[in-house]
Amino acid sequence: MDTLKQLDQIEKDGLAALAAASDEEALAAWRTAHLGRKSGLMAAFDGMKDLTKEERPLVGRRANEVKQALESALEKKQSALRMAALEASLSGEHLDVSLPGRAQPLGRLHPVNQTLRRIYAIFAEMGFQVYRSREVESDDYNFTFLNIPAHHPARDMWDTFHTDREGVILRTHTSPGQIHAMREYCPETIRVILPGMVYRYEQVTTRSEMQFNQVEGLAVGPNITFGDLKGTLTDFARRLFNPQVRTRFRASHFPFTEPSAEMDVECFVCMGDGCSVCKGTGWLEILGSGMVHPTVLRAGGYDPEQVSGFAFGMGPERITMLLHRITDIRHFWRNDVRFLEQF
Amino acid sequence: MRAPLSWIKDYVDLDGISIEELAHRLTMAGLEIEEITFVGLPLPPGDKHDFKVEGIEWARDKIVVAEVREVGPHPNADRLTLCRLHDGDGEHTVLTGAPNLFPYKGQGPLDPPLKVAYAREGTTLYDGHAEGWQLMTLKKALIRGVESYSMVCSEKELGISEEHEGILFLPEDAPTGIPLADYMGDAVLDIAITPNIARNANILGVAREIAALFERELKQPDTAFKAEGSPVAGQFKIQIENPELNPRFVAGLIRDVKIQPSPGWVQRRLRLAGQRPINNIVDVTNYVMLDIGQPLHAFDYDELMRRAGGKPPTLITRTAKKGEKLTTLDEVEHPLQDFTVLVADTKGSHSIAGIMGGLDTEVTEKTTNVLLEGANWNFINIRQTLGYLKMNSEASYRFSRGVHPALAPRGVGRGLELMRQWAGGTVCEGLVDEYPQPYADPTTELTAEDVRRWLGIDLAAKDIAAILARLGFATRVKGEVVSATAPDHRVDISADPVIGKADLLEEIARIYGYDNIPETRLADVLPPQRNNAALEFEEGVRDLLVRQGLQEIITYRLTSPEREDKRLPPGVAPDPKPYVTLKNPISPDRFAMRKSMLASMLEILERNARLRARLAFFEIGFVYHDSESGPLPDEKPRLVIAITGPRDLPNWQSAEPELLDYYDLKGIAEALLEGLHLTGIRYEPGQHPSFHPGKQARVLAGERQLGTLGELHPAVHGQHDLGPAPVLVATFALDALMAAAPPRHEMREVPAFPPVLEDLAFIVDEALPAGQVQALIEQTGGSTLAGVRLFDVYRGEQLGKGKKSLAYALTYQAADRTLTDDEVAKLRKKIIGRLERELGAALRA
Ligand SMILES: [Zn+2]
Repeated sequence: MDTLKQLDQIEKDGLAALAAASDEEALAAWRTAHLGRKSGLMAAFDGMKDLTKEERPLVGRRANEVKQALESALEKKQSALRMAALEASLSGEHLDVSLPGRAQPLGRLHPVNQTLRRIYAIFAEMGFQVYRSREVESDDYNFTFLNIPAHHPARDMWDTFHTDREGVILRTHTSPGQIHAMREYCPETIRVILPGMVYRYEQVTTRSEMQFNQVEGLAVGPNITFGDLKGTLTDFARRLFNPQVRTRFRASHFPFTEPSAEMDVECFVCMGDGCSVCKGTGWLEILGSGMVHPTVLRAGGYDPEQVSGFAFGMGPERITMLLHRITDIRHFWRNDVRFLEQF
Repeated sequence: MRAPLSWIKDYVDLDGISIEELAHRLTMAGLEIEEITFVGLPLPPGDKHDFKVEGIEWARDKIVVAEVREVGPHPNADRLTLCRLHDGDGEHTVLTGAPNLFPYKGQGPLDPPLKVAYAREGTTLYDGHAEGWQLMTLKKALIRGVESYSMVCSEKELGISEEHEGILFLPEDAPTGIPLADYMGDAVLDIAITPNIARNANILGVAREIAALFERELKQPDTAFKAEGSPVAGQFKIQIENPELNPRFVAGLIRDVKIQPSPGWVQRRLRLAGQRPINNIVDVTNYVMLDIGQPLHAFDYDELMRRAGGKPPTLITRTAKKGEKLTTLDEVEHPLQDFTVLVADTKGSHSIAGIMGGLDTEVTEKTTNVLLEGANWNFINIRQTLGYLKMNSEASYRFSRGVHPALAPRGVGRGLELMRQWAGGTVCEGLVDEYPQPYADPTTELTAEDVRRWLGIDLAAKDIAAILARLGFATRVKGEVVSATAPDHRVDISADPVIGKADLLEEIARIYGYDNIPETRLADVLPPQRNNAALEFEEGVRDLLVRQGLQEIITYRLTSPEREDKRLPPGVAPDPKPYVTLKNPISPDRFAMRKSMLASMLEILERNARLRARLAFFEIGFVYHDSESGPLPDEKPRLVIAITGPRDLPNWQSAEPELLDYYDLKGIAEALLEGLHLTGIRYEPGQHPSFHPGKQARVLAGERQLGTLGELHPAVHGQHDLGPAPVLVATFALDALMAAAPPRHEMREVPAFPPVLEDLAFIVDEALPAGQVQALIEQTGGSTLAGVRLFDVYRGEQLGKGKKSLAYALTYQAADRTLTDDEVAKLRKKIIGRLERELGAALRA
């Protein structure tokens, strides 16, 4: 079968010629020569009418095969040429990838509010919800109901801002919220944390501020023990600082709790070995706590013979300072962007 | 409270307890050791201590007890002497200029020899001649031709006191050659005394705590006195006018004392405890107060007699009369208030009870007969007096925290005996003791169940009783019930049975050890769980603003009207509502609670103006408005936003940066309100004086104003140290925002049918707000008009003067079908028609 042999030749020639073509122009010429109307392949199709009935399908199939082979080879070649051309053009486009990116403004919460959110989240999971109350308070809520009667020695523990209205002060701690919460929720059991700004008549120095945040906690119920206080606060410290941190509870005094305790946390800077942050003691004073004083339970409407409770209080600024080794508390309200941008 | 270990040892044996262990246990039990000053005893090893370490240790091989056997002259210096000294090992020649050795110069061999503290070569001591406390090391030196390598020490050199007038003489029986540290090495505990343990502000109190914590025996102080004089009765009288304020008054008499300095060891103890020695009589009063906690007062008895016209005096305690004044020991005259209690006699008042004695009747160098007072005063009353007198004394510190009346006779007894020992004289027999208001020591009952319920530990009744007994409570166990009667040295145990129980529980926990109470997790009923809607909303607002790249700030809420007035242009009167002001501000520019968040924000912008060209801040906080309904002000939550500077952060590509303007701020506000799902918000021109009159808007939801936004008034801008770029400010009432925000919002279906997009431009009058055009298009388009967006504002000559073109991209879309051309054409015609009729708009071809 000559025709079949011719077709083999046509395919072979065509592929060979294609391999030699190296640009779009050559490809167009090749297309005319090998797939065009005057090409050998078309002549083969044209010649089919002269073939026998038996030969015709064989030749027809082969001719189509050749046509497809040439066309697909052309496509491949074309795409290879285009890629080569693109690569050639890209090779001239180089960025200095080390140049800085176009800066995007990054919003940030104030560092103290970042700490507050962490505290909220940890206590929320232990069933403590946030309860807020006013900052300008009555003397009764800030002191008297908290077992700090007028002229009591314990009043010396707070340097108070008095307003020009008799009996109205700036709260010295968030503890008045304990009374507000108890009076609102009595006789239910209670687990709340009480965050907010408090005020002290104190000279502003690197270590003390006249305005700062506090977070108090209060749990009241029929079966709450000093052991629960220790467990809850140790869990808190482990989540805030690190899972291995050790705590210790020292006897202390607050008029609104009895027994009262200071919780120290093992210094996470030196891991308890002693450093400048913990003043060589290996411990950091983190919060004050204690069992709610019977007088306070009574002021809140509860019977201390039936329920007990614990309360605690901490300073988010102090915790933020410890966590980030901030040595000057005045940074917080100064709001210098060079400080704020670091958090 | 400074407690020397040597003094504590008078009452409790400390053998086998290291200083570290002692300090740790006391600290854990609530007697926080703030500092330990070492005076000779070895410093604790290592750098890590629960307490601050001060002072020096006396090297045992270098500082010893020695005897000066002869004091001779220095060959080349009149003011120096050469001592022939034996340190137990051998003889040395020691050179010194101590003036108190001069009397012995040239007297030949001394018998008995003088016992001194001798420091050998290489010893580290304090430099006696330097200001303050400088360490120095003894080195060999040639002084005026005589070699010197060692010295005899002064108290200052040893760190005992600031005394450097002469060297320290030791008692005759001090054994020569033993290390000084073994003989008299000491350490002073500096203990923070909280108000509830004021009973421990004395050596006996500290010793009692140690005895309880370490289960050791407490030795009781000796309060008996040797009385060889005539009975005290009839030699003076005591008259108490108000037993409520003066529950007890005890006094005794000692005759023929000789006023002189106290023995050396007494002076050293007092100095270590922080008290300056005066003379033997005054020192006794201070010593007894530090020793057992009863403040005493010594009167010159003869002066009292003189005032009584030679007759036996009567001491009268009474409140001050109207207009009465008194001159105290410190020679200050005090005007007195009528509740202040005085100690007086028939001639008049002479001391402020419990606080300070008077000048007229004090003990002087000429005093021979002393009346010694030990009284008890109402601590609340003492505090009230201290409150206005602004005075402080060691006595008033104790009386203002409560002293048990049982201490009064003990204090006087101990005082008289010590006076007899230190000042000679004869004590008159007996005491005059007026005790009109006896103190009832409360008896409190508690059970093992109370301990379990409150502390979470299981203790048997007998163990509870044992712990309390260690603190001096008289206990009785009856079945499960422990009754404990408070000891007669403390007044902190409440007579209320429930509070008294809590008082005892604290003592049990302290002595049992907080460390020993197991940590448990809350097992109690979980309360009803509640959201805090206001806080959640506030935190949501914070997040929406942070997501837009704003920095949160927190500012002072204390301010002054002057600071706040700077937010208004000159000549604009601030709102006349009064401030919440402080009676006792700490700084003159922060005495009022703020009424404006804007003023605080401007302060912070000012502070940062030079640091960054672009600033974008927000703050959420309260403003405080005097309330009409009660004494407490309204505390209103507010949001303030401020942006200024270039729109983009500086970068290496940007050419001339564009500045943030009103529309940037409005975009932030719109995104915030959209994030809160507020709908139907309108922006209308506003008239807030802090803002540019033509560049400000009131933000309204319905008729309720949510806030104001705009460009800071140039005049206000000018009052602040800010950069030239306009400052854009928004203030919102957070409570109004919250009220307007829907509690939930429903999803709009994502369109399934294709939209028809079309741009329409209208020519309108320049004065017509674009908001009105948009609102009318939206209203007319109804639900089929899914979106309207202004994409161009154009002004040009071909539009005519006073005209502008507003071009809108309209999106027509139906939720249930593909819109036909016909439907779109009809709606378009309706929109154009209404705009032409109602706004005089013309479609721009
Ligand atoms: Zn550390």
